[in-house]
Amino acid sequence: MNQLLKLSAVSLITIGSFSVQAGIFHSDTLKDVQAKGSLTCGVSTGTPGFSSPDSSGHWSGIDVDVCRAVAAATLGDAMKVKFVPLTAKERFVALSSGEIDMLSRNTTWTHTRDTSLGLTFAGVNYYDGQGFMVKKALGVNSVKELDGASFCIQAGTTTELNLADYFRSNKMEFKAVTYDTSAQTKGGFEADRCDALTSDVSQLAGLRSTLKDPSSAVVLGDVISKEPLGPVVRKDDNTWLNIVRWSLNAMIEAEELGVTSATIDDASTSPGIQRLQGKSGKLNESLGLSKDWSRNIIAQVGNYGESFERNIGMSTPIQLPRGVNQLWLKGGILYAPAFR
Amino acid sequence: MFTKLKSLLNNNEVRAIVFQILAVVVIAYFAYQAFDNLMLNIEQRGIRSGFGFLNDEAGFAVNDNFFLDYSPASTNLQAFYVGIVNTLIVAITGIFFASVLGLIVGISRLSSNYLIRKIATVYIEIFRNIPILLQILFWYSIALSTFPSPKNSINFFDSIFLNSRGLYLPKPIMESGFFFVLASLVIGIVAYIFIKKRSNKKHDETGVVTNTTVYFLGLVLLLPSVVYFAFGVQLEYPMLKGFNFRGGVDLSIEFFSLAFALSIYTATYIAEAIRSGIESVDSGQKEAASAMGLTQTQSLRLVVLPQALRVAIPPIINQYLNLTKNSSLAAAVGYTELVTIFSGTVLNVVGQAIEIIILTMLVYLTISLVISLILNIFNKKMQIKGK
Repeated sequence: MNQLLKLSAVSLITIGSFSVQAGIFHSDTLKDVQAKGSLTCGVSTGTPGFSSPDSSGHWSGIDVDVCRAVAAATLGDAMKVKFVPLTAKERFVALSSGEIDMLSRNTTWTHTRDTSLGLTFAGVNYYDGQGFMVKKALGVNSVKELDGASFCIQAGTTTELNLADYFRSNKMEFKAVTYDTSAQTKGGFEADRCDALTSDVSQLAGLRSTLKDPSSAVVLGDVISKEPLGPVVRKDDNTWLNIVRWSLNAMIEAEELGVTSATIDDASTSPGIQRLQGKSGKLNESLGLSKDWSRNIIAQVGNYGESFERNIGMSTPIQLPRGVNQLWLKGGILYAPAFR
Repeated sequence: MFTKLKSLLNNNEVRAIVFQILAVVVIAYFAYQAFDNLMLNIEQRGIRSGFGFLNDEAGFAVNDNFFLDYSPASTNLQAFYVGIVNTLIVAITGIFFASVLGLIVGISRLSSNYLIRKIATVYIEIFRNIPILLQILFWYSIALSTFPSPKNSINFFDSIFLNSRGLYLPKPIMESGFFFVLASLVIGIVAYIFIKKRSNKKHDETGVVTNTTVYFLGLVLLLPSVVYFAFGVQLEYPMLKGFNFRGGVDLSIEFFSLAFALSIYTATYIAEAIRSGIESVDSGQKEAASAMGLTQTQSLRLVVLPQALRVAIPPIINQYLNLTKNSSLAAAVGYTELVTIFSGTVLNVVGQAIEIIILTMLVYLTISLVISLILNIFNKKMQIKGK
């Protein structure tokens, strides 16, 4: 009898707590991040120039810089980031399950991803397109010559779908060999499992630079898709979405204003620069951040142009031209909404 | 009234039932709450749910496709089927070769020949103790670097080609001729089984041994060949065109690496199961067999193995199940089976993790239950009757 009572009491309590748990729904990422004292950011398992660790475990790249900018804005220290390397397949689940606070992992902004995964894209930090890398020995100059060829692709990417679309619309045949990580994809290409490797153009340059013999492969000029890459957050937290979006915009705005990490603290009479320095305006209040949030981003991470040149520009092994990723004032399509 | 209730509660039988009902109710309630919680969270996060995505266009290509009709224009459901078929094919291939190899190695392990015995032991100890994922990756990289490029393929009679991308075989064109050959093969096999059964029965009753080899040759080999030449079968040969071979059937190098690694790995466990089975047979049985004048082979085949299998079958069932489940490691080398296609690519395109993972788990559960059902029936048949 006693046992029976005990058992029912225990089960009632557990059921009770279970039901209560269902009611609470977490969605204050900023508070969580500030309580933890660090930002957990999902990045790639290693894409040179975008997000890759060096031999001492220090992460760098333009995707990494977005994470650092958000950390600088929310915690005042760009170094307080915990990076979680994710494969293409894992990334969205990691974000929606709350394992990471934001995803900055060369992720293409598509309609499906934006509308049906419970996630929201916060902006675009690199305008990319899908291209091809082939062995020089094949003597191929255009994708149109690749009828019947085998392609190495990374699983779970828009690349898989674009490739099928392109070959279908051009009535050409192809074979796809799908690998789990970009290192395996490169391995398959090097081992001659496939004739061509297809991925975003920006990654091709990086991958090519890490081949055993980079001169044995060429990147074709054809680009078969548009791939706007950007950071992603969960849909349920609008404040957090705004923080990530405007941290990125602050970097673009700073380049437009000609402010760099070296000059951000210089006294200026320009209202735009003063707003960026946190000396005027109340841009911080609606985000729930301190007044110097945007100043911290520029001082610690730099403006967009600095980040670009440092990670993927012509002085790096990846050697990507600014192209469409140039400011709108200089002929590109990079454009931050009004910073006021 | 109260005393009646009390006496009821003190009744052991009633108490047992009450506790069981209570346990079921609690578990059911937990399951319901968990599910409810899940659906609530999904809804709040604005994630799409339901199985409507199965009818959406898949949009991606699949490398290994043996006989199903699939193109990027097919639906996710068709991609799902391709995944199941590919999983089954690699599992069946693996189970077949693992069994054959396991049997041979298991017997060799107890051979009186020192060299054979030691080779079997070394083989088992090495391959049983290396994680299967590493073995898959190892054989894959070996295969990639050993076989020649498509242009320098190893050529068998201009109809079978082997290179670092796969094995290319001629494909029979599905016309009436092919159908007749297939039908005659099936008829031949069925007839042979019937004859074999009758001769076994005759042997049991009278002790007269009938040699059925000639029937085997006639029915299973000669009959289909005669039909083949009578009707003629169109074959589509693989041809090197541009970058790759086109036409025919192709088995990708990923399929080979995976099937090979799974066979080599699982065979070690099967060999050990066979060995323990053989060792469980009383040595008096072998001595009696040789006293009756049976040769070593006959004693092994007719006396020892049938008894050894009784002991070996349960652990072997386990190994078959393990092999099937291990085939999901294919993602590492890019063989397009269920996990790679469905909980890989489709999951990424659609993003509905819960539905997709549940479907994938159901498939593995079903396959495993079917395998264990079949082998349990077989096991029952093999058991000593009347004990």
